[in-house]
Amino acid sequence: MSGQSTYHFKNPAVRWLDSRLPIISAMKVNALDFPTPKNLNYFWTFGGILTLFLGIQIVTGLVLAMHYTAHVDQAFNSVEEIMRDVNYGWLMRYMHANGASFFFIAVYIHIFRGLYYGSYKAPRELLWMIGVVILLIMMATAFMGYVLPWGQMSFWGATVITNLFSAIPLVGEPIVQWLWGGFAVGNPTLNRFYALHFLLPFVLAAVVFLHIWALHVPGNNNPTGVEVKSNKDTVPFHPYYTVKDFLAVIVFLIVYAAFVFYLPNYLGHTDNYIPADPLVTPAHIVPEWYFLPFYAILRAIPDKLGGVIAMFASIGILFLLPWLDTSKVRSAAFRPLYRQFFWILVLVCFGLGYLGSQPAEGGYVIASQILTAYYFLHFLVILPLLGLFEKTKPLPGSISESVLSKDKGGGPTDGGGGTVAAAAASAPEKRG
Amino acid sequence: MQKGCDPAGGAGRFGLSPGPFVAKNKAFSRKRSGAEGAERAFADQYFGDLDVAHAHTDTEEPTRRDFLYIATGAVTAVGVGAAIWPFIDQMNPDASVQALASIEVDISAIEVGQSLTVMWRGKPVFIRHRTEAEIAEAEAVPMSDLPDPLARNANLPESDPATDTNRAHAQGEAKPEWLLMIGVCTHLGCVPIGESGEYDGWFCPCHGSHYDTAGRIRKGPAPRNLDIPEYEFVSDTLVRVG
Repeated sequence: MSGQSTYHFKNPAVRWLDSRLPIISAMKVNALDFPTPKNLNYFWTFGGILTLFLGIQIVTGLVLAMHYTAHVDQAFNSVEEIMRDVNYGWLMRYMHANGASFFFIAVYIHIFRGLYYGSYKAPRELLWMIGVVILLIMMATAFMGYVLPWGQMSFWGATVITNLFSAIPLVGEPIVQWLWGGFAVGNPTLNRFYALHFLLPFVLAAVVFLHIWALHVPGNNNPTGVEVKSNKDTVPFHPYYTVKDFLAVIVFLIVYAAFVFYLPNYLGHTDNYIPADPLVTPAHIVPEWYFLPFYAILRAIPDKLGGVIAMFASIGILFLLPWLDTSKVRSAAFRPLYRQFFWILVLVCFGLGYLGSQPAEGGYVIASQILTAYYFLHFLVILPLLGLFEKTKPLPGSISESVLSKDKGGGPTDGGGGTVAAAAASAPEKRG
Repeated sequence: MQKGCDPAGGAGRFGLSPGPFVAKNKAFSRKRSGAEGAERAFADQYFGDLDVAHAHTDTEEPTRRDFLYIATGAVTAVGVGAAIWPFIDQMNPDASVQALASIEVDISAIEVGQSLTVMWRGKPVFIRHRTEAEIAEAEAVPMSDLPDPLARNANLPESDPATDTNRAHAQGEAKPEWLLMIGVCTHLGCVPIGESGEYDGWFCPCHGSHYDTAGRIRKGPAPRNLDIPEYEFVSDTLVRVG
C-alpha cells in the first residue's frame, strides 16, 4: 500500500512501472508472498469463494441488465424474454439467481467460521465489523434484485420490507413514501431499485477491498487462534493457499452448477412466476431462504415496532460481538463450553430459518419467540459470562507446535491442547 | 490576493509539504516558523495594520481569523445541505403520482353483502355494501374491546372514537350500509382478505391480523384500524374517493 518497494524486478518494463506505481510489488506482497498461517483448514477458503461469487454476480448481472426493462408493464415479460429468447439468457438468469443463494451460503459459512474460531477478537474487530457492513449491503442488494422480475413475491416482498420503515414513530410514513416515490410500491419504486441494484455490487467491491486490507494488517486468524510467532508458522499464500482455494472453489462450483442446471428454481418461490398484482396478496408470503431467520425474528415479536427493532438488532448485535465475548481464548477448539453453545446457536439459526418459512400462527409463533430469545441470550448473556467462568484448555505454544504434534499422531483432530503441548515438549528438536 | 493566500494557509492547515512557498513566506513571517508562521505571515501581510492579527495568541479571544474560519465552515455546511436536498427530494412522489388524487366510482351494482375493490393512488380501496347483521355485529362491540380506539377516518377529526358510525362516515354524512376503507393492512402493507378471520371482517394472510366488520383491528400485529380515505357521496349511486 505504501512506501518504496523492496523487490527488484529483472524485467526493465516491470521495473519502470513498479518504481512509478508499485502495483506489481503490492500484488506480490499482498497476494503471492503474503505470509499465511500454515494450518488453515477448508473453512478458510470461503473468502476466496465469496470474492469469486461477487465477480460472477457482477458479470451475469451486467448481461441481464442489457436485456431487462425496468417498468411495471414490461419487467415481468422482459425476464421471460431473457429466459426464452435471449441466447443463453436462461443460463445467465439461473446463474444470477442461484448465484445469490450460493453467495449467501458461502457468506453464512464464512461468518460461522469466524464465530467458531473467534476471528472477531482483537486485533481483528474492525475487520469483523467491515464484514458485517458487507453482509448488510449484500442483503439490501439481494432484496432489491428479487424485486426486479416483478412477480407476486417480488411485489409483496417489496411491500412488506419497505413497510418495515413505517414502524418508525412520526417520520415512518413520509420515509416509506419517499422510498416508494408514490403511495404504494409502483413504477418509481421498481426504477430506483433497479438503479440501486446495479450500483450496490460495486460499493460492495469497494468495501470488500477494505475488508481484505483490514485482514492484511493483522494477517489471518487460524484454527488454533494462536497468533503467528515466527516465519515457521507461515507459508506464502502462493502456491499453498491459491491451490487450496482453487480446489475448494471447484468443489463449491460443482454444487452450484448442479443447482443451476438441474434444480434452477428449487431455491426460489413458484409464486414469483405470477405477474405482480397490487390487488391480491398471495396467501403465504415468504422471503428468499437466506432471509428466513430474520423474518422469523420479525414475526416473533407481537408488536410492529418491536419486531422491526428485534430484526435489525439481530444483525446489529454482531457489531458489538468483539466486546461481548470476554474470553481471551479465540478458538473454540480450546473452549469446551463455548463449542457447545456455538453448535446450539447454529441449530437455533436453522430453527429460526424453518420457522420463518411457516405461517405465523399458533405453535410456530411461540417457537419463534423462544428461539429469538435464545439468539439474543447467546450474545448478551452467555458470551460475556462464558469468558469469566469457562475453563479453557491449554493453548499450544505456537502454530508450528500444534501442526508438528499432529504429524506425530500426538493429538486428536482438533489439535486438543494438552496432548499438543505434551507432544511438542517430547520432541523439542522439531520445534526448531 | 489568491496568490499569497492559498499556499500559506493551505500548507499550514493540511500539513502539505511547504515546498517552494517556504522561501516566499519567510519574507513575511520574520522570526516565526512552521504552520503558524505561515498563517501569521498571511495575517501580517493583509491585516497587520489592523492590529487584530497581532492580538492573536493560542489561548486568547477569538480573532478575525477564527471568525472567518467558522463562518466559512457554516456557509459550506448550508451550501452542501442545499445542494443535497434536490437529490433527496427527487425520490418523493412526483407530480404525476400526486395528480391521481381522486376517482369516482359507480356503486349502484354492488348488492348487499357484496364488495368492490378499486385502485386509488396505487392502493386497493374496499367498498363494501354491508349486511344488517354485519352492522349490528360491529355496533355491539364495546369500545373497551378495541386495541385501537380511534376512528382513523379522514372525513372526521383525528380524535374521534372508532364507533361503527364513525367508521362508516363519509364527508358530512354517515351511511352505515357503506364501508369504504384503504385495503392495506396497517402492519406491513398486505391486502387483507374479505369476509374472513375470527371477527367476520378481514383477515391479513401475511402475519395474521384480524379485522372486524367495521375494519377495526381486533387481533394480531397490526397497530391501527384500516384507514378510511376521504370520500363523499356525489349521489346515491356515485361515490368520489379522494
